[in-house]
This record gives sequence, C-alpha cells and structure tokens, in this order.
Amino acid sequence: MSAAAAAAPSAPEAPPEGGVAPVRIVVAYGFWIFLVSDIIMFAGFFAAYAVLSGATAGGPSGRQLFDLQTTAIETGCLLLSSFTCGLASIAADVRNKLWFTVAMAATFVLGSAFIGIEVNELSQLIARGAGPDRSAFLSSLFALVGCHGLHVTIGLLWLLTMVAQVFAKGFREDIMHRILCFTLFWHALDIIWVALFTVVYLLGVAA
Amino acid sequence: MSAPQTGQPENGQAETAPGDKRPEVDSVGSAVTGYAIGLALAVGMTAVSFYIVHSSLIWAPGIPIGLIVLAIAQMGVHLVFFLHVNTGPDSTNTTLALAFGLLIVFLIIAGSLFIMTNLDHNMLPMEQIMRMQR
Amino acid sequence: MLGKLSWKAIPFDSPLPIYASLVVGLVIVGVLGWVVVKGYFPYIWKEWITSVDHKRVGVMYTLMALVMLLRGFTDAIMMRAQQAIALNAPGYLPPEHYNQVFSSHGTIMIFFVAMPFMIGLMNFVVPLQLGVRDVAFPTLNSVSFWLTATGALLVNISLVIGEFARTGWLPYPPLSELAYSPGVGIDYYLWALQISGIGTLLSGINLVTTILKTRAPGMGLMRMPMFSWTALASNLLIVAAFPILIATLAMLLLDRYLGFHFFTNEAGGNVMMFMNLIWAWGHPEVYILILPAFGIFSEVVATFSRKPLFGYRSMVLATMVICIIAFTVWLHHFFTMGAGANVNAFFGIMTTIIAVPTGVKVFNWLFTMYGGRLRYDPPLLWAIGFIITFVIGGMTGVLLALPPVDFLLHNSLFLVAHFHNVIIGGVLFGGFAGYNYWFPKAFGFKLHPGLGKAAFWFWLVGFYVAFMPLYVLGFLGMTRRMQHYDVPAWRPWLVIAGAGAGLIAIGIALMIAQLVVSIRRREELRDTTGDPWDGRTLEWATTSPPPSYNFAVLPEVSGEDAYWTMKQHAREGEPPKLTAFTMPSNTATGIVCAFFATVMGFALIWHIWWMVILGGLGAFATFVVFAWRDHTEDEISVEQLERAARAPQGTQLAGEVA
Repeated sequence: MSAAAAAAPSAPEAPPEGGVAPVRIVVAYGFWIFLVSDIIMFAGFFAAYAVLSGATAGGPSGRQLFDLQTTAIETGCLLLSSFTCGLASIAADVRNKLWFTVAMAATFVLGSAFIGIEVNELSQLIARGAGPDRSAFLSSLFALVGCHGLHVTIGLLWLLTMVAQVFAKGFREDIMHRILCFTLFWHALDIIWVALFTVVYLLGVAA
Repeated sequence: MSAPQTGQPENGQAETAPGDKRPEVDSVGSAVTGYAIGLALAVGMTAVSFYIVHSSLIWAPGIPIGLIVLAIAQMGVHLVFFLHVNTGPDSTNTTLALAFGLLIVFLIIAGSLFIMTNLDHNMLPMEQIMRMQR
Repeated sequence: MLGKLSWKAIPFDSPLPIYASLVVGLVIVGVLGWVVVKGYFPYIWKEWITSVDHKRVGVMYTLMALVMLLRGFTDAIMMRAQQAIALNAPGYLPPEHYNQVFSSHGTIMIFFVAMPFMIGLMNFVVPLQLGVRDVAFPTLNSVSFWLTATGALLVNISLVIGEFARTGWLPYPPLSELAYSPGVGIDYYLWALQISGIGTLLSGINLVTTILKTRAPGMGLMRMPMFSWTALASNLLIVAAFPILIATLAMLLLDRYLGFHFFTNEAGGNVMMFMNLIWAWGHPEVYILILPAFGIFSEVVATFSRKPLFGYRSMVLATMVICIIAFTVWLHHFFTMGAGANVNAFFGIMTTIIAVPTGVKVFNWLFTMYGGRLRYDPPLLWAIGFIITFVIGGMTGVLLALPPVDFLLHNSLFLVAHFHNVIIGGVLFGGFAGYNYWFPKAFGFKLHPGLGKAAFWFWLVGFYVAFMPLYVLGFLGMTRRMQHYDVPAWRPWLVIAGAGAGLIAIGIALMIAQLVVSIRRREELRDTTGDPWDGRTLEWATTSPPPSYNFAVLPEVSGEDAYWTMKQHAREGEPPKLTAFTMPSNTATGIVCAFFATVMGFALIWHIWWMVILGGLGAFATFVVFAWRDHTEDEISVEQLERAARAPQGTQLAGEVA
C-alpha cells in the first residue's frame, strides 16, 4: 500500500503537507491502529480454528454441538447493542447526559445478555464432555469464542467506567475522545462476531 | 492518554478522526437515520445467512460461498454505517491502515491453510506417528 | 497459599547461578544504596522513572538494552567455553543447565537487547527528526517501556527462583508442553514475553501514530528523513506481527494451564501449527530489528559523507516493499518440516526476492559514499563494518533460502553463523552506530572517539574470529545446541570461536571504558553547537541536550534534508514569535502498571491465584486513577522559553550526567 504512495511523486503545487493533527484525530487514529492489531490477533485464532476444525479426535463435531437458535439470539443482542452504542455516541455529541446514559445502559444490558448466553452455552458444552480438553477442534473453538467473549467483557467494564466518568466530570474533551474510542471498539467487536458466527457456527453446520 | 500538541489549524493534517461522522451529518435525526439504515441492512443480511444454511433455496455446495459473501458484505455495512469508514481524501490514512491490516489477515489465514493442508497431505497424522514410536 | 512456590525452587545445589545472582543482587543493592545516600533518588524518580519525555524513555530503553547485552553475552561466553572443552568430556555445564543457558541467551538477545535498543533509538530520535515535541501518546510510551522492563525482570528472576526454559529461544512443542516440560521454565518465558510483547505492541502503535499524524509543518511523507521512514515500516511490522506472537503464546499457555490441545500430540493437536504461527511473527520480527538499523546507516552514511542520501526514493520504496514481503517468507524457517515441493518452492522464491530491496539499499549507501568527503568517526566505521559484514550474512541467507541447500544445513552451526552474522553485523552494529551518533544529542557531549574506534576494531575482528569458524563447523556437520560432542575435527574451530568471543569481550570492555572516560572528560568533549557532526536532519536543529519540549517553535520544513536546507539558506531575520504551549505532566502510571504486571506475571508462573487477582485489580485501578486525573498537562510559558533561549547551550541539563 504505502509502496504505491511512495512511488507517486508529490506535486510541487500541492498544499503544505505535514503538521500536527488535532488531538482528537491523533487519539482516534492511534486507537484505530490498535484495532487493526487486535483484528490481526483474532486472525491468529481464526487461522488456528481453520486448521484444527477437522481435528475432532473422535469427539463431537460442530454439526453435533451447535444450536443455531442460541447463536441467532446472541447475534441479535450484539447487533442491537452496536446500534444503541451508536445512539450513545450521538447523545454524547449533543451533550445529552440523559440519553447518553439510557443508550449506554441499553448497550450494557444487551452486552451482558450476550455474555450470559455465551457462558451458559460454553458451560453446557463442558458439562456434556465437549470441553476444550476433549479435542483440538474444541480447543480452538473455546479459544476463539472465549477470546471474543473476553473482549466483550472488557468492553463492558470500560463502558461502566465511561458512564461513571461522564457523571463525575461531564463531557470533557478528553472524555469525548475516550467515548469515540469506546464506540470504535464496540463496533469492531461486532464485526469480529460477524466473521465468527459465519465461520464457526454457520459454516460448521453447513459444511 | 494526553496528546502533546494542540493542533494548528493551518496544517496539512486536515483529516477526520476514524469513527467520526461525516461533516454533512449535522443533525441528530440524520445521524440516527444512518445507524438505523446500517442496523436494518445488517439484520437483513444476518437473517438471510441464518436462513440459507438450512434451506434448499440455493445449490447446496454453494452455501458456504454464499455465507462468506454475505459475511464480507455485512462487515462492509458495519464499516460504512457504524465506523464511518469512507474512501474520501480526508480519511486516506485510516483506510490505508485498515487495508494493510486486512492484507496481513489474509496472508496469515491463507498462508496457514496453504502450508498446513500441504503438510497434512504429506505427513502421517500425529497419532499414527506416536503409535509408531511405541 | 503460595502455589507451586517453595524453598525447593531456589537452586542451592548448583552454586554458579546462586553466586552470579548474589553478585548481581549486591551490585543492584549497592547502586540503589548509593543513589539513596547521595540523595539522587528524588531526582531519578521525578526526572526519569516517572518521565513521559520520549527522550528520557528512549535513553532508558537503550540503557536497559546495554545492561541486558552484558547478561546475554555472559551466556555466550559460557557456551563458547563449554563447547571448547566438551570433546568427549562433560565440560563444566550439566546438560539441563546448558539448555537453559542457550535458551536465555537467545531470548535475552532478541527480546531484551535488540528490541529495546532499536525501540529506544526510535523513541529518542523520531520525534526530534519529525520536528515535534513528543510522541503521540507520551504516557503510553512510559507504560510500554516499563512493561518491557517487567519482562526483562521476570527473565532474570528465573535465575534465582525456579528455572528458565530449556527449549531454545522459541519454545517448540511438544517439548514445551506440560507433559515434557513440567517445570516453571517455560512459564517464565511465556509470561515474560506476553507482558513485554504487549509493551512492544503499544510502543509500535504509538510510533506509527506519531509518524503518520504529527510532523513539523511542511514535512510531507516524502520529506521525512530515512530513519523516520524505516521506523514507520518497522513499527507497522510490530503492529502487524506482535498480535500473532501474543495469540500463539496464548495458545501455548492455554495448553499448559487449562489442558487445551492446540499443540499437544494427542487429541488432534498439531505441533506444526505452532511452527507455522510463531514464524508468521518471527520472520517479520527479523525486519522489525533490521529496518531501523538500515535507517541509522542511511543517516550516518549521508552525514559523514557530507552528501545527500543517494536514491532517497528508491530507498523509501525498498523499505516499504520489505515491509510487505516480510509477511510472505515465513516458511523458510521450516523447509524441512515436511511441506511439499510447491510450498517450499513458493517460499524459497519469495525469500530470494526479499534480498533484492536490501541489495538496492547497499548500492545506495555505496553510491552515497562514492565521491563524498568521508570523516572516519566511529559511527561511519560501524556503518562500513556493517556493509561488508551484512553482505556476507545476506549471501549466506540467500543460500539458505534454497530449499535443497537448507535440507543440508538446517539446524547446523552454518545457520547459527548466518543469523549471528546478520543480527550482530546488522542490528547490533546499527545500534552502536546510532549510540555513537546520537549520544551527544542526548547528553550534550560526544563519546571519546579514540576508545570508540578501538572498541569497533575489537568487535569487528572478534566477530569474524568468533563466527566464521561456525560456518566451517556447519559444513563439517555440527548441529546447534550441543552440550558435548565426539568429533575431534570440530575442536580447533570451536577453540578459535571461543577466542573470538574473547576479542568481543575486550570490545565490550572498551565500550564501557569509552562511556566512563567520556563522562569524566565531558567538558572537553562538550557539544555547544547542538550540531556536532554537521548533520542534515532536524534533531540537530535544537540544543544538545534538547529541552523537554524539543523545539520552542516548530520548524518549518521546505525540502528533504530539512536542517541542511535551513543551514544553506540561513538568514538573519526576526526571531520567530514565541507562544506558550502545554506539555504532558510526568506520571507514575508506567511504573505502577509495571509493578502490578510483575506481581501478576510472577503469580501466574507459580499458580498463586489470589495474587493474580490482586495484580489484575491493581492494574485496573491504576488505569482508572490515571483516567480520573484533572491535571494532565503543564504549561510552558513564554518567559520560560525566553529564559531557555538566553542560556548558553549545553548547560540546561549539564548536572544530569554527573
């Protein structure tokens, strides 16, 4: 990518380049780079899942284990929470504390519901003898789903901290930057979930 | 995370922050509409994905490809409507960073599959090797 | 209560590590005591440990790298001594101890010498070269450094409490799985690398953002100095590669702690997947290390030839091409693992291709020197030593890139000679060039040139004497990591290699002498101009050492080689108008974070679960307290700037090196 940018000669009459970007752009861009790295970390777990998904070692396969109804409910929760999170960012933009709190609370409830369903699903698998120590396939499944779940949990913790900060300090400039980063994080988790439910659950049942 | 310098207006870094709404989105109504369109599209695609898994609507061997296409399209919807990624000149760096990341993701997953399927094809499964060791 | 930890963890039966750590412990206690008694502690706490100034953080990174170099080199000397005497004999290191020595040597040299050396120099130089006042996220920078320091600390704790990994610098399963390595050695390795890996990832994010979003007005991308370009490429690689390392090590941790089956050899686990993933990080890592070194040589060669860098655009292009292709060659580390001809051919071809941009760079440096008026100061000596050495190392690398050749030489000492040839000849020489080149900028006085040249010659000759025999030994069929052997023909070459290590030791001693002598004679070596080498880039446009804010007024850039252009067109005009601005306040967040990370890492290694929870809560609380601060920035007023402008150069921080 940058090779192409490097090859292109910079026109002499172009407007002056360089300069120091405003803080909001610097912060959001830094967080964007973090998200890119986070997505690459997930790619590692996805690669492991792709390679090991056939290694059931005589144990149950995805087709025998997955219940698409649960997955559909989880997906619904996360999708809606992405929407409410977007609403919260709009409320923050117009400095409306009431709507910000309501939207964040909705996001929290939906996110918690997602985590609750997921934990329940995974513990049922373990109870049925299909835990991560059963086969390499299940190891990679638990690691991938668990890694996403861990991210959502951290997101929920962050969400609570953000609401508390807004209550304690109002929509200060640096807090607005953090709200922007939080929404980026939350939407990114939803994108990873799209990849996850398609690759793991739908393809696991279809293939 | 405090950043050191306050920005100067007359610099060349006149980009928008990643995730910020487009400048033409100026009212609460239009902003909410943007998210609502995104949600509707995403829900629609998700529903289609879950539906075609078990339906005979499309040719069975085509289902995985259909699912992957839908997933990629849905990720695109999320990027555009929720993360406000666009190809405008004011977000070149944002898009380039994302493209670089996606290239690496592709290289890791495709490379791993390329290497590991070839290895599996050439070598005995580990269990058999272990049995021969005994 | 204390998990797996008990008195048995301390190796009283093997006196060597106990004595070694006693000595090190006494030195540390002595230094700390001296600092406290002399009353320096408040100064060190306020100005260094809690500093968020990128220059201070960079200096601390570099200092850590140099200290850890001594530790890693001690391991090297031990191995060379063992192999010199272990013909049909047990030598003096028992096998399990020898295995720990080569594992910690590799781990320390890559993760706690080469990485912090390069990151330290990038941290120090890049914001100065870009003409800005700090990195994008100064506090995060401090956190990154202290997390890296935590990793180094954990590795060194393993010397006394417990043991270190015996698997080599990469813990290949199934040997590293719980069934075959039940001890805590691997856990020390894994947690130390996870914690320092997170630090490295954060510092990569920080520098990418700094370079892409904060530059002096007028400095477009194609006006950036070459070192900033290579720093950008290197940090992009960090951002893209380190997540893979974190994921891979996390999988191994899950295997060891929770009974997962990623890389075990039962229940469908696949050990080859570990090699695949770890090298998908490992090969880009090589370029993470070497690219900044390329940048340093580009700056040094241009400055000491008194010419602009030849082929700047081709250099930028070569750097970015390497940045991409680095992710398509990783299989060449395991050609012999059983992949088919197609796969091996693809990765063999990609590996030979990646040598091309490096070749472009070598020719650019040669053409830059051609016709220049060379000044043979230590930085240029290191650069010339690098070009010759690195070309040899690069060519042996291209040889190894051919799968049929690799089948003969895989895991032989030829390979060991090759990667030492590129890492010492490339990264370390680059680090030393940068150390000599930017030292006057950091401290306001030059390093003693005579001792610097002496150190260079001992290093260079020592390197060839130590590693050329290893190429021969590789052809003679000697494999790496042998604790003893029974082939008499190998013995003479191993003795020569040991002598080479001795020459390098003299080189290191001379470098220490150079530092001590330079500090003692700092008044005669003082740099009062801020531009001791007649430099070309913006770091030389400010004082030596620079004020905490680097530049009172951000420089206006109007072309490549920004400072050189300014010097050519210097005109007497009105001094630029000073305006007040803010700088981020110092904070203890970094060190507090690292304290909790150390507690947590140690507790995880020894399965002390209550302590893990305590550490986690502490880390979270630290972040909340940090986020809750109201006072985050200090203002630098116009009066302060005027006072600094009146003060004679080189006096602001003069007391600090005493």
